[in-house]
This record gives sequence, C-alpha cells and structure tokens, in this order.
Amino acid sequence: MNIELIDWSRAQFALTAMYHWLFVPLTLGLGIIMSIMETIYHHNSDAFWKSTTQFWQKIFGINFAIGVATGIILEFEFGTNWSNYSWFVGDIFGAPLAIEGILAFFMEATFVAVMFFGWEKVSKRFHLTATWLTAIGATISAWWILVANSWMQHPTGMEFNPDTVRNEMMDFFAVALQPTAIVKFFHSVMSGWVVGAAVVTGISCWFLLKQRHARFAVSSMKVAAIFGLFASLTVAFTGDASGIEVAKQQPMKLAAAEGLRQGSEGAAFSIVPGIEIPKMLSILATHDSNGYVPGINDLVAEGGKRIENGRKAIAALGDYRAAKAEGNDAAAVAARKQLDEYMSDFGYGYLQRPEDLVPPIGLTYWAFRIMTGFGCYLIAFFAAVLLVLYHKKLKLQKWMYVVGFITIPISYIAGQAGWIVAEVGRQPWAIQDLLPVNAAISRLNPTNVKITFSLFLIFFTILLIAEIRILCKAVKNGPELPD
Amino acid sequence: MFFGFLGQNIELIFFNLQKRDKTMTNIWHRVVDLYIDGFRNMTIGRTLWLIILIKLFIIFVILRVFFFPDYLRGKTEQEKQEFVALQLTERP
Repeated sequence: MNIELIDWSRAQFALTAMYHWLFVPLTLGLGIIMSIMETIYHHNSDAFWKSTTQFWQKIFGINFAIGVATGIILEFEFGTNWSNYSWFVGDIFGAPLAIEGILAFFMEATFVAVMFFGWEKVSKRFHLTATWLTAIGATISAWWILVANSWMQHPTGMEFNPDTVRNEMMDFFAVALQPTAIVKFFHSVMSGWVVGAAVVTGISCWFLLKQRHARFAVSSMKVAAIFGLFASLTVAFTGDASGIEVAKQQPMKLAAAEGLRQGSEGAAFSIVPGIEIPKMLSILATHDSNGYVPGINDLVAEGGKRIENGRKAIAALGDYRAAKAEGNDAAAVAARKQLDEYMSDFGYGYLQRPEDLVPPIGLTYWAFRIMTGFGCYLIAFFAAVLLVLYHKKLKLQKWMYVVGFITIPISYIAGQAGWIVAEVGRQPWAIQDLLPVNAAISRLNPTNVKITFSLFLIFFTILLIAEIRILCKAVKNGPELPD
Repeated sequence: MFFGFLGQNIELIFFNLQKRDKTMTNIWHRVVDLYIDGFRNMTIGRTLWLIILIKLFIIFVILRVFFFPDYLRGKTEQEKQEFVALQLTERP
C-alpha cells in the first residue's frame, strides 16, 4: 500500500479530529458552568446571576454554532478514505454513533432553543431544566463517541463473521460499559470541563485587567475555579486508571509514551530525558513498585510470532470464502477453525516486519509530557486562584490576570496533547490488533487526499478565525448587568 | 337512570377532550411563538445562523458530493462483502 496515501489520509483525519476537539471541550465544560450559575440564580433570584448566566450562555452559543457538524466530516472520511475499516467494524461502530445522533443530538438541539429563546417565555424552573438538559445532552453525545473510540482501542463484545466480513455485536453492554470506555469518558469529558473552567477564569481575568465588571469577573472565577479544581483532579485520577488500562491492553503505547526501550521490573518514570523517578512507571502501570513493564524491544520481539499467526488467519479467511463458494463444507469448517484460532492476531498479518508495530516514539513521548505537565499546572493554577480569592490577606495582582489569560491556550494544548498520545500512540492500528491502517484504507489517489486536506485546512481555519473574532467581540461588549 | 348516568359521563369525557385539545393548541402555539420571537429578536444569532448555513452547505453539498463519495456506494451488500474480503485477503 502507498505510504504517501496512508500518511496523508492519517494527517487529514488528525486535522479534522483536532479541529473538532477545539470546539467540543468548551461546549462540555461551559455547558455545566452556565448550568451551575443558573442554578444559583434559580435559588437566590438575584438578577446579577441571571445576567452572568446569560453572558456565558452567549459564549457557549457562539462556540456551539461554530463547532456544530464539524464532526460529521469524520464520518465522511470513514466512508471514503477508510472504507475497509467502515465495512469491517460497521455493526459495532454504527450502534453508538446512531444512538449519539438520535438521542443526544436531538435532546441537545431541542433544549438549546428553550435555553436561548425561553428566558421570558417559560418558567424559571423549566428554563433551568432546559439549560441542564442541554449540557447533559452534550455529555451523553460525548459518551457514545468515546464508546466508539474505546472499542477501537480495545475491541470487545463482538465476533468476526467471515461470511459478511464484518464484526458483529454480541454483547452491547460489553461494548458500552467496558472499563476502557468508562475511564476514557471521565478522562476526556473532565478535560473538557477543565477547558471550560480555564476559559471562564481567563476571560474573567481579562475583565479584571481592563478594570471592568469586577463583581461579575470575581463571581465567575469563584464558580469556575472550584469547578476547574474538581475537574482537573478527576482528570489526574482517571489518568491513573487509564494508565493501568493502557498497560494491559496497549503496552506498546505505554512503552512509546515513556520511550522505554528495554522492559524491566521496578521501571523508572522519565520526567524528561535524563531525569527519572525510580520505580514510578511500575507503580503507574501496575500499582506495584516492582511490577514488570515491557519495553519497545520486548514487544517487537514478540511481534514476529504474532505476524506469522496473523498471516495464517488472513489465509484462513481466504480459504474459508473459497471453500464456501465451491460448496466444500469440510474445507470451510477446517478453514473456519484455523481462522478462529488465530483471529486475535488477524491484524498483525498485514505488517511487513515486527518493527512496524512501533508508533512514532518522539511525538508520543513529548505529547505525554506536555499533557501531564500542563495537567499538573492546571491543578496548581485552580488551587492558587481559589486560595487568592478566599484568603483574606491575599489580593489579586495584575500579573495573575495575565497568567489567568494565558491558561486558556494551555488548557487546549493539554487536551490536544492527550489525544495525540491516545491516537498516535496506538499506531499502526486502526483497530487494536485487528486492523492496521494499511489494511483499513481505501485505494484512493493520494493527490485527491492532498487536495481535501488543503481544503479542510482552509475551511477549518476560516471557521476558527470566525469563532475567535465573534467571541472577542462578545467579550469586549461584556455582560449586560443590572444597575 | 342508566342512560342518564351514561349521558353525563359522555358529556364529561367530551368536555375533557375539548379542554385537552385547547391545552394542546395552546402548547403548540407557545412553542411556535417561542421560535418566532426567538429568531426575530436575535442579535449575534443572525451571524451565527449564517455561518451555520454556509458551513452545512459546504459540508453536505460541496464536500460530500464532490470530494467524499462513499467508496462502496453502488454495490449490493453481497458485492460489498466480496470487495472488502478481496481487499483484506489480497493486501498482505
């Protein structure tokens, strides 16, 4: 398969997914924050909190409008660039995406209208319910997308049918509630909450820097900082749980993220090259200070046998279909038996050599450090904001406002780096162990993929510029607070 | 006596149905009113809707039709199975 085609198709998918993830986290995070603010208004009936909620709802609305439907392009790419993959997983992947589309999207779309248009039209209680349901709808939507993604990281609850050449769902709950999906949901959604909290805190800092709307800014910061500290701590805890899952199911990803060439017991954690914490990697990966963590070379060494098994599985699939076509039942049964025996290594048969199992180490290693480094910074940041806001002797300083504002891009970079670790770290797999990217891809002309890549780059950049301009205008206008 | 009782109940049911119809009409009227007033009083929303419509046009009319045809489109289920099986068994 043409390497140029694979690389451009991967780059195109990465570009689309990363742009999409610029909009999604703010929708998730700000959705909950504005719901909390409206709940405060519902309890105290203070017009100040109504105006505060309305301002953040406006920011939510701008982000929602610009981001909506950008994810649909990913589904186009599945059908065009990754047609083998689409067919191979269709039954599994289709169910969560269909539920996402029908249940969550319509829930979100219905209540978002009540939220924006219904302030003077429906009761306070009904409006509050609509606001919460908008935020919950977005969260449920994220749940199903992450279930689908988790299945690609750890395929389970299905059986491969060689007659239809598809994986068929055998256990819906095994797909929907597998530990990988649960951990990924909390880790990803909470990282979105952190982005929401960082944006509210950062914009509030800008108002304080400009000496405008001080009460509004400080009140918003109080809500956002509590929420942000809770979310960032949860991200850290779920990150730990995610490490355990990755160590079990995707040991190569963990080894690449650590740049660990040779496995060992009591493995050290690399902070940056040359600085290590003894035994920490074993603790993170196995919750045992002397636990064994395999290295890249160990996993490559195992790869040879699995490639051999994979080739047997692929040959068995061909034999099975040929025997079926000829009506030779005995040969079909024998081929099916061989296929079942080696199916767990099916995808390895498409690799040329064991070294193909190694993902880009440098990118995965540094993305992991950026994610965890910025993650720790964000915990410290929200804790510091709370300390300054609630400690009587401490006062907000100008430099703190600048730091608060800079934290907005930091929260986005941390989230993007997390997805790089998750997706680049699992290369060469489109579906872990079952289908590598070179087998998942359609035979397209690479020039066509380059053209669509460029179109997306222009299209999404225009959207992003539009969002930033409209957001800046809305922020400059500020909230319409009561006298 | 029986017919009197029946008559009273039918009247009651009919009255309640009428009342329910009126309530339903009111609910639909309020929903329509919510949207009409909402769209009419939009400020920044007008720009956002324009962006959404342009974006959906680009996504569904330009990108989908000209650049992202479904690779397996036009094939029957059987043909799709055979096509992918051939791709998967011949590719290694």
